[in-house]
This record gives sequence, structure tokens and C-alpha cells, in this order.
Amino acid sequence: MGIVNHEQTDLHGITVHTIETKKYKTTSFILQIKAAINEKNVTKRALLSYVLQSGTKDFPSSKELRSALDDLYGATLHADLSKKGENQVISIRMEVANEKFLSKSEPVLDKAFHLLSQVLLAPALDNGVFKENIVKKEKRSLKQQIESIYDDKMRYANKRLLEEMYESEPYHLNVYGNENEVDGITSKELFDYYLEVINNDKLDLYVIGDISTNEMIEKVKKHFRFPENRNETLVTDDQNREEKKISEVKEIFEEQDVQQGKLHMGYRTYTTYSDEDYFALQVFNGVYGGFSHSKLFINVREKESLAYYAASRFESHKGAVFVMSGIETGNYEKAVKIIKEQHEEIKNGNITDAEFEQTKAMINNQVLETIDHPIGLSEVLYHNVVAGKNRTIEEWMEGIRNVTKEDVVKVAKKVTLDTIFFLKGAGTNGNENI
Amino acid sequence: MGMKTFDQLDETLHFEELENGLKVYVLEKKGFNKTYATFTTHYGSVDNHFKPLGKNEEVKVPDGIAHFLEHKLFEKEHGDVFQDFSKQGASANAFTTFNRTAYLFSTTGDVKKNLTTLINFVQEPYFTEKTVEKEKGIIGQEIRMYDDNPDWRVYFGLIENMYHHHPVKIDIAGTEKSIAKITKDTLYECYETFYHPSNMILFVVGPVNAQDILNFVKENQSQKSFKEKAPIERFFEDEPPIVAKTEKVIEMTVQTPKCYIGFKEAAPKRKGKELMRHELCVNLALEMMFGKSSPNYEALYEEGLIDQTFSFDYTEENGFGFSMLGGDTQSPDDLVKRVSNMVEAFKQENISTDSFERARKKKIGAFLRSLNSPEFIANQFTRYAFNEMDLFDVIPVFESLQASDVEEVLQSHFKKEAMTVCQVRKKKS
Repeated sequence: MGIVNHEQTDLHGITVHTIETKKYKTTSFILQIKAAINEKNVTKRALLSYVLQSGTKDFPSSKELRSALDDLYGATLHADLSKKGENQVISIRMEVANEKFLSKSEPVLDKAFHLLSQVLLAPALDNGVFKENIVKKEKRSLKQQIESIYDDKMRYANKRLLEEMYESEPYHLNVYGNENEVDGITSKELFDYYLEVINNDKLDLYVIGDISTNEMIEKVKKHFRFPENRNETLVTDDQNREEKKISEVKEIFEEQDVQQGKLHMGYRTYTTYSDEDYFALQVFNGVYGGFSHSKLFINVREKESLAYYAASRFESHKGAVFVMSGIETGNYEKAVKIIKEQHEEIKNGNITDAEFEQTKAMINNQVLETIDHPIGLSEVLYHNVVAGKNRTIEEWMEGIRNVTKEDVVKVAKKVTLDTIFFLKGAGTNGNENI
Repeated sequence: MGMKTFDQLDETLHFEELENGLKVYVLEKKGFNKTYATFTTHYGSVDNHFKPLGKNEEVKVPDGIAHFLEHKLFEKEHGDVFQDFSKQGASANAFTTFNRTAYLFSTTGDVKKNLTTLINFVQEPYFTEKTVEKEKGIIGQEIRMYDDNPDWRVYFGLIENMYHHHPVKIDIAGTEKSIAKITKDTLYECYETFYHPSNMILFVVGPVNAQDILNFVKENQSQKSFKEKAPIERFFEDEPPIVAKTEKVIEMTVQTPKCYIGFKEAAPKRKGKELMRHELCVNLALEMMFGKSSPNYEALYEEGLIDQTFSFDYTEENGFGFSMLGGDTQSPDDLVKRVSNMVEAFKQENISTDSFERARKKKIGAFLRSLNSPEFIANQFTRYAFNEMDLFDVIPVFESLQASDVEEVLQSHFKKEAMTVCQVRKKKS
């Protein structure tokens, strides 16, 4: 048994991942529903995630469903959306107290299992389609969610960067879909799309807690009944598709009445999770801007006092690195210059031993910390499903350990700036009106 | 060494108060990779008027100084302490609240080495005029980042509305103007007063041996000398029970307006179990009135007045306390009207045992869930301890509550004259 006791069982239509551990006071269920992101379905799929968590056949309104959850000692249920590479993944997460910590022992686990299966397989219907009033309410919520991105300037600038950078690729799509399409979706259309999801999407269920694998498998068999014609479409990532080559850096400016300018820069790396040099890319990102010892933090913040935050992160399945920093609008040129210089430094091999070792230690630390949390653990394991790989946590850690400075320099040379998006500030935001 | 076992939760907490007054707590968490440690002083943004240690004259210090001090402690003659942690495979951080300043690290590597770094950097200040000046640029950008954040603005706007005098209404980071007045001498003065070990708690949680950690900390502290511990004198003006302002609108570049409704606690002077009971009661009342399974939530959602951002909470510390509820909404004025009517109507009704039990179960489940998180345990335990409460009493206290306790807080806390509203609205161009 390794660091994580992960067992994977393929049942008809669903892959069950069980992790037996006594670390937690709860049992967590994470159901991942994966399909390629595309223009045609992006908004429907987003809306579906809202509708599914708003009622089931037995609990046909949000209020009834929430009461049932409260009665299960405040079991939580959330459906979330995320983009993993060019996939739009719906994650339905449920967490329920481990009965052994309750004063009155109550059989909450089986009930929770049943409830989760109902959320997926027995939604609240009227005349064979989703209930009209649920769809109507959730459309409003979804629209508000899309609009709220604009109000959070960091998220807004990030969204705009992706739209510009991946203009002609599905990755430019917002995971919540397009606001102007929401109203046009009918309950019937949404239900037809739901049937496609149930019939074709890749489903993975993670169960984490003080459980027994055999018992969980039996419970899945008992509660999750799929249609006979279910047939997972095997969409592995379109790994062979050539990433765009960059001829010149795109520079986009937009002005809004904000106090702080938001600088976002997108790089293509030509490396994804399944590649050999994926670990080198991780170390590159760590040296560049992943931590508080990274070149961006040290140079943009500590040396020049230009920003409170200056950092980079990477997307494992699209193979991108994104830099973000909040700066004075007037400092744009200076900040961009410093950020570019730091990339050049790495390309030229100017990485100290301390920086290099520190980065590896921090990445190692980060993954161990991430898997202390049930959701973090499921996310780390799910990378394998998305990439069609089979890497254990130990292999992952060894991969990081084996990276050399030369590997980092090599990958740094592949990393290429594609687009800069700058949200300029006009500076009078938030005046109070008395 | 003291030890407290919580059988129902399968946790054992070890603790000791050292000779210099420092309180050390260790919670062993088997099976976890990470060790998380916080070193916290009972000093936050509200402590701006006090008598410095060893002096007779009281002083008032610039807004935002506790947070500024937090930033500056990381800088030493040899450089930045962040780097020391990251060399040792740990990530460090810090935060300042109204009442606390916490320094922390998490690591899956060498705990003792990082613990030494944590304790020593917090206990060895190094402030110079030059580094103080440099920090003003960085914090200035932090302040602007928050200024652009509508959620933060509406939250703080609401608190400002409630208070006439209490410094809880001052933004934790201060303003660019107020931090301009900070000097190395004022920093030292605050430091000497509030960073005495007797005003601090060290909490370690993770796969460690408690006895071993306690001995290690004791050894570290026995090599240092500190001034005699003395009680800290803080000064607060009397705060009237009614709100300072009943409404405020902030215009920002947003698409969706935000609206929060607050109720100011009239006499926030509780401590210990009494405070815990009260906090849990008000939170239960909010849950029953506006939780996702309540008829009110369903109605507001159906009417399009709230969405998934809707939330509520009650918090109380020595000298201030308030509940707030709200979120994004297209019709802030309608939301205010509906919510205030719902509160009034709820006060007239009898509480159903069913909904009381349901709310309590939900809260107990949520508490158990949070115990999965070492961060939650360390931070909340410390907050509770500074208010003379014990985090691990939460479940027994929940179990001891009755529906009538909730009825009581409904009448005493949710008063019309204690209500105030803050909105963020779309700026007219």
C-alpha cells in the first residue's frame, strides 16, 4: 500500500474509485462527469449542473432536497463546473458525517448513497422533462453567475485573456457558458441533452473515508442503475492536435473604472500531463512564479514594490502557463519587462541551486498537502482519468525529484508568450454615495 | 503537561502554559501528511488605543498598523523569512483580523526546524526606516486590490454603518494615507506591547508527537528572556446599541448589485460558554429563518431576489458583534423589504421542533466536516481560546440548546433599530 490506498473498479457505466482512510470525520463522494467542451453544448451543460442539484423525483424542489440533506446531519451537496483541458467537467460532491461520531448512531451512509444516485439518475420531472419552474429559476442563477465574473476583476481579466488567446480553440469557452444562450434553452432540450450525458459521458465516482471497498461496490451496484444502452464515448484528449505556433505576441488593452490594473499573460508550453517533460514544466512554473520564493514574487514585488501579488500557475491538460499581477496602470511597461526578463533568466539557466531545490521541496510539500484533503486527493487522482494515464502519487513525486536544471531550461525554451491582456484602471472606483 | 480527551470526536488535545505565559497546544492527527502550526497574538486592527508596555501615557496609533506589522515581521537583516521556510520545504503565511494576528506554516517535512523558524522570527523583530518605507508601496497595492473588490466593500460598508466609535469599523489594512504615518518606532511600540508571550498562543496540529513538540518549544523559550508579563490596557469608547447609519450605497463598476443586511448586537460583552451559546443560538436562528431548506429561502430564490451567493453569519468578540445576510441581487431594495418582513414574521411564530432539530443536525454535521481541516482547528481553536471558549465544546453546547433559547435571541438580537443595510450598485456612466 502506497501513500494513498486507491482502488479502481470498473462497473457497467461507471468507474468507482475507493480510498479507505481513517483520517476524516466524514465520508466524501465526488462524482466526475466528463465530456469535451464545445460551443453547441457549453451553456446547456452548465445549466444542467444547476438543475440537477435542485431536486429529485422523491424531493422535487430545492427546499425538500435541502431538508433531506439537513436531516442527514447536514450532508452537503454541490455541483460545480470546471474546465480540465478541453473538457467541461461537472463535479457533484457530497460529504456526510461519519456515523460513528454522532451521539445517536444513524445509518446516514446508505441514505447518502441513495440520494446521490437520485440526483444523477432520478431528477425532478414534469411530463417527462425537467420541471419548468426549476429550469426557470436556475437559468436566472446561471445568468447571475456569468455576470458576476465581470464584477471580480481578476476573474474577468482571466476570462478575457482566455477568450483572446484561444480565439479559435474550444478552450476559449467559459465553463459557465454564454449568457445570451441561457434563456433560449427549453426544458425539453435540456432533458434531451441530459439523456446524452447519462448515456455517453465518462463517469467516475470517488468515495473517500472510513469505508470498505467491497461494501461501496455493492452500494454502487444497488443504487446506480444505468440505462441498458449506455455507451461511454471514448473521447480521450485530442492529444495529437497540434498546438498553435505563435508568430507574434497579441497585446490587448481594455479600460475600466478600477483602482488597480490587472495584468494577465498567457503562455503556451507545448507540454501536458501525459508528457515526459510535464514534471520539468511544474518545476519551471515553481521557479518562475508558483511560490513566494519565485522569480516573479521576488522581482516584481519584493525588489520593485510594484505589486502585492505577482504569480504564475499552469493548466495541466491544455498545457498553459498564466501569469497575473495587480499593478498601477502607469507601471505596465516596467512590469511586463521584468516578467519577461525572469522568463529569459530561466531560459539562460540562471537558476540558483537554492531556488531549484526549494522549488522541488515546495512542489513535493504541495502535493502531500493537497492529498490530505478529500477533494484535493480526488482531483490529483482524476488527472489520470483526464489524461488517460496511470501515474501513482509515488511516481509523481519521483518524477519531480528526477528533474534536472537542464530539463527546466529545455522546457523554458518551449514556453512561449502568446497573449497579454491588461485591464487598465481609471481610478475612481467605489466612491460612496451618501 | 495537560491533556484533554474528546472521546466522541476521537481527539486528544495536549497543552501547557509556559513560565513566560505562552500557551502551547498540540493536537496529534494520525494519517495526515501535513503539520500545520500557528503562532498567534491577541492583537488585531481594533487595538489602536492602548497603554504601551512599561509606560504611563496611553497612545493612539495609525489605522492599519497591526496588519503593517504583520508584513514587516517577515523581513530580517538577512532577508526574507518566507525564503527560510521555503528552503525548509514549508509554506508560510500570516493574516490579521480584528482581534488577532496569526503567523503560520504548513509542512510535510521537518516540523521542528520550521517551528524554530516560526517562533524565532515572530520573537525577533527587525524594523528599519528603509524597509518600512518600501512596504508602503506593496501594502498600497493590497489596499487598492481590496478597494476594487465589491464583496469586501459591501462587507466593510455594512460594518461601518453599524458602529459610531468602535475601531472594528476601520479597514484592517488602513488607508494609503493612514499607513503613510507609520514609522519603525510606532511598530516597535506596538510590538513590545502585544507580542509578549503571555498574549500569544502556539498551536500545532499534525502527525506529531505532542510531548516531543511541547518539550521542544519549552527548550526554545527557556533560552530567551522576556519582560515581566503585565496585563495590557486597551481603551474603547462607549458604543451605543443603535446603528450609526441605517443605509449606504457604494457605486462600483459591477453588473450585479450586492446587498447585505446587518443586525448589530446591543451588548457584545459575553465571554466563555455564554458567548458560545449565544453565537450558536444566533447562527441557529439564521439557519432556521434563511437556510436553504427554509420556506423563506425558497421564496426569495423563487422571486429572483437571491442566488447561490446568498449567505449569512453571526460573529461576536469582546466589544462588537453582528449578524449579516445577503449576496448578489438584481433588486436590492426589494430584498431588504422582504428580509426585514420575514424576520418580523418569524419572531411572531412559534418555533417548530422539527426545524430546530434539522438546523441543529445540519450545524453539527458542518462542524464535524470542519474538523477534517487542520487549518480550521488551529485558527478557530485560537479564536475561541482568546474569547475564553473551547472549540471542542461546540457539539455538547449544540446538544444542550433548546428551541426556547433560539426564541430568546430572535427577540433580543433581531431588532428593527439594530438593522442596517449596505449596497453596492452599478455605477452610472
